[in-house]
Amino acid sequence: MQKVYSKIESISGNVITVTAEGVRNKELAVVETRYGSSLAEVIRLNRDEVALQVFNGGRGVSTGDEVRFMGETMKVSFSDNLLGRIFDGSGKPRDGGPELTDEMIEIGGPSVNPARRIIPRNMVRTGIPMIDVFNSLVESQKLPIFSVSGEPYNELLARIALQAEVDIIILGGMGLKYDDYLFFRETLEEGGVMSRTVFFVHTAADPVVESLLVPDIALAVAENFAIHGRRVLVLLTDMTNFADAMKEIAITMEQVPSNRGYPGDLYTQLASRYEKAVDFEGSGSITILGVTTMPGDDVTHPVPDNTGYITEGQFYLRNGRIEPFGSLSRLKQQVNGETRSDHRAIMDGMIKLYAAYKESLEKKSMGFKMSDWDEKLLTYGEMFEREMMDLTVNIPLEAALDKGWEILATCFEPEETGLKTELINQYWTNKV
Amino acid sequence: MVSVEFTGEATMNEVCYVNSGGRKLKSEVIRIKGNEADLQVFEMTTGVGVGDDVEFTGELLSVQLGPGLLGQVYDGLQNPLPELAEQCGFFLDRGVYLSALDEAKKWDFTPSVKAGDKVAAGDQIGSVKEGIFDHWVMVPFQLDGVLIVKNVVAAGSYTVNDKVAEVENERGELIPLTMSFNWPVKRAVNCYAERLKPSETLVTKLRIVDTFIPVAKGGTYCIPGPFGAGKTVLQHVTSRNAEADVVIIAACGERAGEVVETIREFPELIDPRTGRSLMERTIIICNTSSMPVAAREASVYTAVSIAEYYRQMGLDVLLLADSTSRWAQAMREMSGRLEEIPGEEAFPAYLESLIAAFYERAGIVRLNNGDIGSVTIGGTVSPAGGNFEEPVTQATLKVVGAFHGLSQQRADARKYPAIHPLESWSKYEGVIDKKKTEYGRAILFRGDEVDQMMRVVGEEGTSLEDYIIYLKADLLDFVYVQQNSFDPVDDAVDPERQEYTYNILLDILTAKLDFAGKEEARTWFNRVRQNFLDYNSKEWKSEEFEKLVSTIFQLLAEKKIGVEADAEGIL
Repeated sequence: MQKVYSKIESISGNVITVTAEGVRNKELAVVETRYGSSLAEVIRLNRDEVALQVFNGGRGVSTGDEVRFMGETMKVSFSDNLLGRIFDGSGKPRDGGPELTDEMIEIGGPSVNPARRIIPRNMVRTGIPMIDVFNSLVESQKLPIFSVSGEPYNELLARIALQAEVDIIILGGMGLKYDDYLFFRETLEEGGVMSRTVFFVHTAADPVVESLLVPDIALAVAENFAIHGRRVLVLLTDMTNFADAMKEIAITMEQVPSNRGYPGDLYTQLASRYEKAVDFEGSGSITILGVTTMPGDDVTHPVPDNTGYITEGQFYLRNGRIEPFGSLSRLKQQVNGETRSDHRAIMDGMIKLYAAYKESLEKKSMGFKMSDWDEKLLTYGEMFEREMMDLTVNIPLEAALDKGWEILATCFEPEETGLKTELINQYWTNKV
Repeated sequence: MVSVEFTGEATMNEVCYVNSGGRKLKSEVIRIKGNEADLQVFEMTTGVGVGDDVEFTGELLSVQLGPGLLGQVYDGLQNPLPELAEQCGFFLDRGVYLSALDEAKKWDFTPSVKAGDKVAAGDQIGSVKEGIFDHWVMVPFQLDGVLIVKNVVAAGSYTVNDKVAEVENERGELIPLTMSFNWPVKRAVNCYAERLKPSETLVTKLRIVDTFIPVAKGGTYCIPGPFGAGKTVLQHVTSRNAEADVVIIAACGERAGEVVETIREFPELIDPRTGRSLMERTIIICNTSSMPVAAREASVYTAVSIAEYYRQMGLDVLLLADSTSRWAQAMREMSGRLEEIPGEEAFPAYLESLIAAFYERAGIVRLNNGDIGSVTIGGTVSPAGGNFEEPVTQATLKVVGAFHGLSQQRADARKYPAIHPLESWSKYEGVIDKKKTEYGRAILFRGDEVDQMMRVVGEEGTSLEDYIIYLKADLLDFVYVQQNSFDPVDDAVDPERQEYTYNILLDILTAKLDFAGKEEARTWFNRVRQNFLDYNSKEWKSEEFEKLVSTIFQLLAEKKIGVEADAEGIL
């Protein structure tokens, strides 16, 4: 049942309206223009007036162009044939390969019943002490990397992708610079994981509306892989671009903006994507690592702020290091109790001392006399930054914990650390 | 949102069903204009088209009340989620609504009235055993006037839908009663003799709360804090340890994973007071962030209505809402779609009055039969950007009796619970004598001042006297205000132990101490702190516990040379 309409009533930004009957909410349509055809999605119905969001943008659409309603919602093909392939934001091949049309699945499906979720329990080891020791990544976690532009967040993402123990990697790129897209492709190819990777990439040069679909497509595919028993890691970069695309559409639709122009449902929209992270009982799982760039390094900006309330922690990337303050993995308690008896104590104790180091550093920069205690902290802080925080450090968790005790023993007396006596008796090393 | 043309009558907040593609989508009337009604649909509206039929039910949005609520996990519209999972599998399908109570289960009903008795709304007509409680079967709250019992069934097994009694109202109408009835969620239950002033402490077993910023039975409190400061962990710990009869957790627009922890952990945990599983006193209403937003608004009302229902049985109910900001945001989304004129930060202008009305549903009441029941409400607030000057936090602060403000700095420094001891306040009575807690708070306050000063003048510019106050404050903070919820002993501290510990600390805080210099003072305090840390994780009155206590007193005796002048009359 395909209906064709050839009178477009209004064109405003990327939103067009036509007069049509029997159309359903979220239905897809094809708009044929002089410059090629584009998909469009119904976003509002008002009696017989239908508003559509055109994926290729409103530029070049003429009032006389044809709009053909397809009678179905957005779908994407799902099968193992996806592996190793690269697609654009609306699911069309970007790598020159054939278009896939078998087993079409709906995108943006319903949410998982909380009663069917299970408590996450598997740690994803990354070899990065700032993650493994201090903020362990857990299977089925949703975690963003908060960063300013220019930080090596895509490098960090690629490195985690290569080292993490997962079955399938899905990369969703939104507003990705073309260079970054090539970087991901090359890195994953060199790492030998391309054959179990799917790319859905929207580059900065593509029409902005297309980026809105990327998370939904990537997560719909991930969800189906997970139901089929695979452990999937979804990388989304950069979610701020996604939010900005939503803002653009909302303003065009004349919605009342809530905060800095973003629509009032920003939280709900972001949450419905991030909440797709799940561990299916008796089947696979989805872990989501996203990137949220903070405009002006401002964490109170609506996008990082809302994201922080949704996700299970966050990694702050600053000056090429994962900051211990503010960085948090909410699920770490699920896994760090079973690793080693000193894991939690080291995790909290070293950060408490590092916080004290920061205070001493401040005092020093203001020209105060340093007490013995301050001097100890200064030595400690520098050592901690050099041997733990640096992103080039690549050691397994157990080695990192030993390293922690070594640093403490080098800098302090046992009772200065605030650690329990039993642990000190067990792990304190006297080698300096 | 859907607009619909209707014939006949439509009621505000009436429940309707949109028939679309073979599914019936539940919705609520939120605006009426002429013969056009605006509905908020509690599901995603994908696939809804112009011309679809809408069914009006004539009923307001309500909860089903009766035995069998305890231990359940509901969504915001009171659909039982485990049953839904059996029917639909992993995902929440649209348009599937199930009965909130198990209709097949038989309950052993014992009547407490006989034919001819006079009763009124909320009065008990019998009881059934629901887990650890005597669940009262009551006259539905909406019946008015004096009712005369015409007949009542004999003691025996009945389902929630079986008729157990018949009553006659003042107009001579005969009304059949079952063990369950519906109540519109947005109306407060008011079948009680009088509201009382909250005066008794609701023990949470968190030292900082019970000692410094207590919560009262029937009181209200709020926990605002930026993300990552530990709001949800705090709520989780409270739901586990608080000394309430029934705990209702309203997970409103937050992460699904957090609800899962409760669902999976509580059946395994034993409530030390009853010896039964914690789940038997818990009800979870969850509308997590990815579930439909319109039902999120309904979920807090569903939760508070159930809380009031159990209060009517003379129980102490604790309702934990996490987070009220998500509820406010749901209102903002609907208000935006209705194209209402926005207030501050685009929240609707009626935000404050709705928040006030919600918290006012807490309270301690004397029921018609003289029993006392209470609803205590604790809500978290998630202020945008961690800035407390935003509308939801401000509107909440106006109406609550205690404020537990979480601080990012304390969370960053891993000082948990990250409740700020100086900024937070409470209007209720705690478990320790106020004079003593005020002294402790004063030390914390002065210690903070010295700390600020030291940042400017440096340690060498600070007098030894001030430095000792700073160390005392640091000790109190480290070993008393902070608490390790992952330690089996430190997780829940009884009021008795709180008082015992606090008195030891008070001995140190009020002591005049003799030190030669700052270095010696710091070393001594480190040693005391170390002993206290070990003490906190030792079983109450165990051998090791006693040993650590005597070590601490020994350390104190070595340095104590008297009592500070301002502490006279406190010890």
